[in-house]
Amino acid sequence: MPAAANHFYYDVAHLLGALVLLCSFVLIYQRRLTGIINAFTMQSLALALAAAWQAFVQDAPHLFVTAGIALLFKTVTVPVALHWIVRRLAIHETVENALGIGLSLLSGVGLVALAVLLVLPVTGSTAALTRETLAMALSILLLGLLIMIARRNAIAQVVGFMSLENGLVLAAVGVKGMPLVVEMSVAFSLLVAFILFGLFFFRIRERFDTLDLQFVESFRGERR
Amino acid sequence: MLSLVLLGVALLLLLGALAPFVGGEAAARRIVYGASLAISAVLAVLAIARLLEGGPPASAVLPIGLPWLDAHFRLDELSAYFLVVVNLVAAIVSIFAFGYASHDVEPARVTPPYPVFLAGCNLVLIADDAFMFLLSWEFMSLSSWLLVMANHRQPETRRAAFVYLVMAAFGTLMLLFAFGVLAGPAGDYDFDSMREAKVKPLLASAAFVLVLLGTGSKAGLVPLHVWLPLAHPAAPSHVSALMSGVMTKVALYGMIRVLFDLLGEPAWWWGGLVLLLGAVSAVIGVLYALLQRDLKVMLAYSTVENVGIIVLGIGLALAFKASRLPDLAALALVAALLHVMNHALFKSLLFCGAGAVLVATGQRDLEKLGGLIRRMPLTALFFLVGCLALSGLPPLNGFVSEWLTFQAIFSSTAFSNELLRLGVPVAGALLALSAALAAACFIKAFGIAFLGRPRGAAAAAALEPEGAMTAALALFSFACLVLGAFPGFAILIADPVARTLLGDGLPVNVGGFLWLTPFPDGATSYSGLIVLVLVLSVPLSIVWLVQRLGVRQQRRSHLWDCGFPDPSPATQYTASSFSQPIRRVFGTVLFRARESVDMPPPGDMRPARFAVTLVDPAWDWLFQPIGRIVGYVTQRINILQFMTIRRYLSLMFTALVILLLVVVVNQ
Repeated sequence: MPAAANHFYYDVAHLLGALVLLCSFVLIYQRRLTGIINAFTMQSLALALAAAWQAFVQDAPHLFVTAGIALLFKTVTVPVALHWIVRRLAIHETVENALGIGLSLLSGVGLVALAVLLVLPVTGSTAALTRETLAMALSILLLGLLIMIARRNAIAQVVGFMSLENGLVLAAVGVKGMPLVVEMSVAFSLLVAFILFGLFFFRIRERFDTLDLQFVESFRGERR
Repeated sequence: MLSLVLLGVALLLLLGALAPFVGGEAAARRIVYGASLAISAVLAVLAIARLLEGGPPASAVLPIGLPWLDAHFRLDELSAYFLVVVNLVAAIVSIFAFGYASHDVEPARVTPPYPVFLAGCNLVLIADDAFMFLLSWEFMSLSSWLLVMANHRQPETRRAAFVYLVMAAFGTLMLLFAFGVLAGPAGDYDFDSMREAKVKPLLASAAFVLVLLGTGSKAGLVPLHVWLPLAHPAAPSHVSALMSGVMTKVALYGMIRVLFDLLGEPAWWWGGLVLLLGAVSAVIGVLYALLQRDLKVMLAYSTVENVGIIVLGIGLALAFKASRLPDLAALALVAALLHVMNHALFKSLLFCGAGAVLVATGQRDLEKLGGLIRRMPLTALFFLVGCLALSGLPPLNGFVSEWLTFQAIFSSTAFSNELLRLGVPVAGALLALSAALAAACFIKAFGIAFLGRPRGAAAAAALEPEGAMTAALALFSFACLVLGAFPGFAILIADPVARTLLGDGLPVNVGGFLWLTPFPDGATSYSGLIVLVLVLSVPLSIVWLVQRLGVRQQRRSHLWDCGFPDPSPATQYTASSFSQPIRRVFGTVLFRARESVDMPPPGDMRPARFAVTLVDPAWDWLFQPIGRIVGYVTQRINILQFMTIRRYLSLMFTALVILLLVVVVNQ
C-alpha cells in the first residue's frame, strides 16, 4: 500500500470517527426528544459509514455486515420506532436536564481529554489508526454515560445507552480481526434491549402518565 | 505416602457424600465412623513411618481446581507430624463416636459432615498452593460449622454457629490477603514460588500480621477466641473433641507453615509479638476457664490457654530464629510441637469424658453433678488422667512439653536484644501462673463433678457409658501415659520437623530413652519413667504402710459435710465457691465479675439465690466497638439503597472516571 494512499485511508477513517464523536456532542445539547432521536440517527449513520470504510480499508468483507446492521437497525428501525413511540405517547415537550447544557458540554470535553490521555500512551506500539479510533470510541462511550445521567427522561436515557453502544461498535470495527460474532451479538442484544425498553415505556406511561422519571422516583418513595 | 493420603481424603469425601443415602441411622453411623476410624488409623501409622524414615519431601500435581492453576500437594516433615496428630486423635474419637452418636439429638445431621471435616483437616496439611490451602481450610470450616449446627433447634446453638461462621470467614479473608501479599506481583500462588520470592520487609510484616490474625482466629488466640467457648459446647461431644483437639492444631500448622517456611527471614519483633499473644492467651484463657461452671465451656476456655502455650513456644522459636540461634529455636519449636500432640490427646480425652458424663446425666453444669466416681469409676479414672495431664503434672505428657517450653524460656539470656531478654522471663512468669491456675481449674472440674455427693437425681442415677466410649477414653489415657513416661517417642517424630525447618534439632537421647536431655552439656534432664515409678510406688507403699501399721478399724462418715452432718448435698463445696477467691482477686477488674445475692423478704418461702455475672473483655473492648462502628457505617450508607436510577448511574460513572484518572496519572 503506497504511503499517500495510507495517509488518505487514515484521514478518512479519522474523519468518520470524529463525525461519530461530534454526533455525541450534538446529542448532549438537545432539549427536545425529536432532536435527540435525530442526533442519534445521525450518529448511527456516521457509524455505519465508518464501519463500511473500515471494511474497505482492512479488506474485511464481514465488516460490511456490521455496517449493514448499523444502517438497518440503528438508522432506520430504532429511530422510526422511537419517533412512533413519541407520537403515540404524545410527548413533544422539552426534556428536563439534570445537568445544565453548558456544564454537560464542558464535562464532555473533559471526558474526551481523559479518553485521549488514557488511550494514546497505553497503545503506544499499535497502528495510529487503531489508537485514534480507540480514543474516540472511549470518548463516545463516556459521553453516552454522561447523556444517561444528564437527562431525566426515560427515552433520552435509552438513546444515551444506545449511543454508548455505538462507541463499543466503533471500537470493535477499528480493531483488526475482531470476529463478526462479537458485533452480531452486540447488535442483537441491543435489539432485544430496545424491545424491552419499548415495553417498559408503555407500561410506565400507562401507570404514571409521563415518562419523566422524576414522577416515577417520587412514586417509589426514593430520595433525591 | 502422599498418594495414599490423597486417596484417604478422597475416600472420606466420598463417605460424606454417600452418608445421607445409607438407609437407617445405625447403619450410617457404623459405616461412617468405622471407615473414618480405619482411614485415620492407616494414615496415622503411615505418617509416623514417614517421619521415622525421613527423606526428601514428596510432591504431586493434580489437574483439578482453577483452570490455570493445578492443585499442588506436598508432604514434608511438618505435614507428616500434623498428620500424625490429626489422624491419631481422629481415629480414637471415631471409636468414641460409635457409642456417643446414638445419644445425639439428630445423628443424621452429624454423619455426613464428619468425614468431610476430617478430609478438610488432612487436606490443609498437604496443600502446597494458596488456592488448595484456602479451599481445604474452608472445607474444614464449613463442615465443622455444619457439625456445630447439628443441634440447631436451640437458640444458643444458632448464635454460636453464627459467631463461628463470622470468625471463620474473617480468618479465611485474612489468610487470603496474606497469600495475596506473599504471591507478589507475579501472582504465583504455589508455595514453592512463595519460598523463592524475596518479599520486601514491610510487605513481609504485613503478611505476618495477616497470617497471625487468620490462623489465630481459627486457633482461638486471645482476643479472637470468642467463637470457641460458644461453638465447642454447642457441638456434639466427639465433634468438640475434634474441633478443640484437631482443628485448632491445623490452624497452628498454618501458622508454623507460613512463619517458618514461606515467609523467609523473620524480624525480631515478630517473635516477641507472637510470644506476648501466647502468654496473654494462656493466662486469660485459664482464668476464664476457672470461673466457669459449665464443664464444656470450661474445657473450651482451657483450649484457649493451651493454644496460648503452644503459640508462646512458636513465638519463642521465631525469636530465636531471628536472633540466629537455631539450636534454641529448635528446642522451642519441639516444645510447641510436643504440646500440640499432648493437648490434642488430653483435650480430646477430656471432651470425650465430658461427653460420657453428658450421656450419663444429661448435665454439663458442674453444680448439678457430684459423686460420679462411685457410679462411673472408669470414666472418673480416665477423666482424672486427662486432668492431671492438662495440669502439667508429671509423669503425664502435659508436663514434658511445658517443661521443655520452660527450658527454652530459661535460655532467653542468649538473646542479644534487650527487649526480648527482659520480656521472655515475664512471659515465663505468666506461663507459670497459667500452669498453676490450670491445676486449680482441673482440681475443681474433677472434684466437683466426680467427688463428694451427687447434687441431683441425674447424677445419682448415672451409669458407666457403653464399651466403645470407655475404650476410647482408655486409649487416650494410655497415650497420655506413654508419651509422659517415654517422651522420646514424641520427640523422635517432632525432631525431624525442627531439623528441616530450622536446620538444627535437639540433642535428644543423650542417655537413651530413659532420660530427656535438651541441652548437649546435660545441664538439665528429666525422666518420665522414673517419675512414673516413683509416683506409683511411693503413694502405694505409703498406703500399704498405713494399712499395715495403722489402726485396723475403719470409720465411714459423711462426705464433704464440713463437719456439719446435713442430709442435703447442697451444703457441699461447689464450683462457684471453689473459684470464689480467684474470682475476687482477678475477676473483678479483668472480667468485671459481679456477685449478687437475691434475698427474699422475711415471710417469703422461696430460697435465696446467688448469681455471678462475668464479662469476657474481648467482647467489651473489641467486638462490641467493632459492631457499633459497623452499625454506624451501615446506617450512614443505607441511603444508597434508596437512590434513583440516575444517581446509581452517576455513582458508577464517577467511579469509572476516577479509576480512569488514576490510570492516567499513574502511567
